Amino acid sequence: MNYNWNWGIFWEMSPDASGNYLQTLLSGLNWTLATAITAWVVALALGAVVGTMRTTPLLWAARLGNAYVEVFRNIPLLVQMFLWFFVVPELLPKAAGTWLKQLPNASFWTAVVALAFFTSARVAEQVRAGIQSLPRGQMLAGTALGLTLPQTYRYVLLPMAFRIILPPLTSEFLNIIKNSAVALTIGLMELTARARSMQEFSFQVFEAFTAATLIYLAVNAVVVLAMRGVERWLAVPGYIGARAR
Amino acid sequence: MFGSFDFDVIGRTWQTLIFQGLAFTLQVTVLAMLGGIALGTLLAMMRLSSRKPLAWLAGGYVNLLRSIPLVLVIFWFYFLVPYIGAWVIGSPTPIKVGAFASALVTFILFEACYYCEIMRAGIQSIPSGQAGAGYALGMNYWQVMGHIVLPQAFRNMTPVLLTQTIILFQDVSLVYIISLPDFVTIASKVAQRDGRLVEMYVFVAVVYFALCLLLSWQVKRLQGRLAIVR
Repeated sequence: MNYNWNWGIFWEMSPDASGNYLQTLLSGLNWTLATAITAWVVALALGAVVGTMRTTPLLWAARLGNAYVEVFRNIPLLVQMFLWFFVVPELLPKAAGTWLKQLPNASFWTAVVALAFFTSARVAEQVRAGIQSLPRGQMLAGTALGLTLPQTYRYVLLPMAFRIILPPLTSEFLNIIKNSAVALTIGLMELTARARSMQEFSFQVFEAFTAATLIYLAVNAVVVLAMRGVERWLAVPGYIGARAR
Repeated sequence: MFGSFDFDVIGRTWQTLIFQGLAFTLQVTVLAMLGGIALGTLLAMMRLSSRKPLAWLAGGYVNLLRSIPLVLVIFWFYFLVPYIGAWVIGSPTPIKVGAFASALVTFILFEACYYCEIMRAGIQSIPSGQAGAGYALGMNYWQVMGHIVLPQAFRNMTPVLLTQTIILFQDVSLVYIISLPDFVTIASKVAQRDGRLVEMYVFVAVVYFALCLLLSWQVKRLQGRLAIVR
């Protein structure tokens, strides 16, 4: 294979004049994490509400929740990004649309909104599964104690459901980090986008992508270890997850 | 809001979008599903193998590809496949790989990791006494797998495999980043040429939504029919 390896490339100046290539990649990592974490907070909140709605005895709430999940699950993330970025500003009243388009870091905020809605549908699915995995007696016991429906959810069902779905939520968090790379299509300079532009300027294709791959692997490892700690900390005694502390 | 919505642009271009763009997406999806399930099943058998190096190799490959974004994987293979091809046929310069082949190789190798995890769960769901019975009858490993374990594993996992295929169908849209002529890429070209971004992207979203919803309903129906009474 005639490919000129040059691992020293990371210490050479990048043409965007903000430092060397390694610093450029790390600044991309910052954008990746900022996007993923902001979107995750919103997705978790939205997903919890929608997921809960789908399990309530209120028929209209369950139907609304189901429709929400179907809409955001059945359109590819890339297309959703385009809808938020290109289509939504056009459909709003003119002044609001112009304001949106001129927002500083518009691609960041668009990516956050798109990822948040996309992921919230998946979180909602997990939350619903978590609540439905609880024995029916828990809801009945709450009602028998005189708790109202919101109180039963707040004090009985949700604390257990969230503990049960911690492992799938961890995978969803890893997914949102990976999915944030799709935002390069609307111009967000996150990690994968930085690796691509490094490759375009320096022609060191494989070094750039190797570095990005290693950074993603490191982030993954940190998240998995941290979540293992959280799972142990929140484990309910008597359940399979609660082993030796 | 939709007052200036121009249906005419869809009327003029829908044939190109569907018969070239969506057809490309569907072809990649179906072929990548077949290749991915075949490779994924092999990987799953390797991961469950008692030969440790084989299990580690498959496990490392699957975990590596599942930890990085598909966008990055697409870039990797886009640049790597010409070099691998040159290495395979012994050519001194990177070979040229067509758009279709490049996308197909990428998605087979990537989705195989996800199909692998599904098939692993499927194989593990079969009681080990069944494999033991096969060996007691004098069957070898491939006979036990081919006649006893895999047919049941496939049957149990068909709904999950198909759900993963719906995800694959959506993921193929990401070949937009290397400008392969799929549904989204062609729609975005028309959108930019005619200055009709709203109409084109809404059309793409509606088509994807309708198809994916239809497919997931079918999977749900199938799930009910396939369920084995135990």
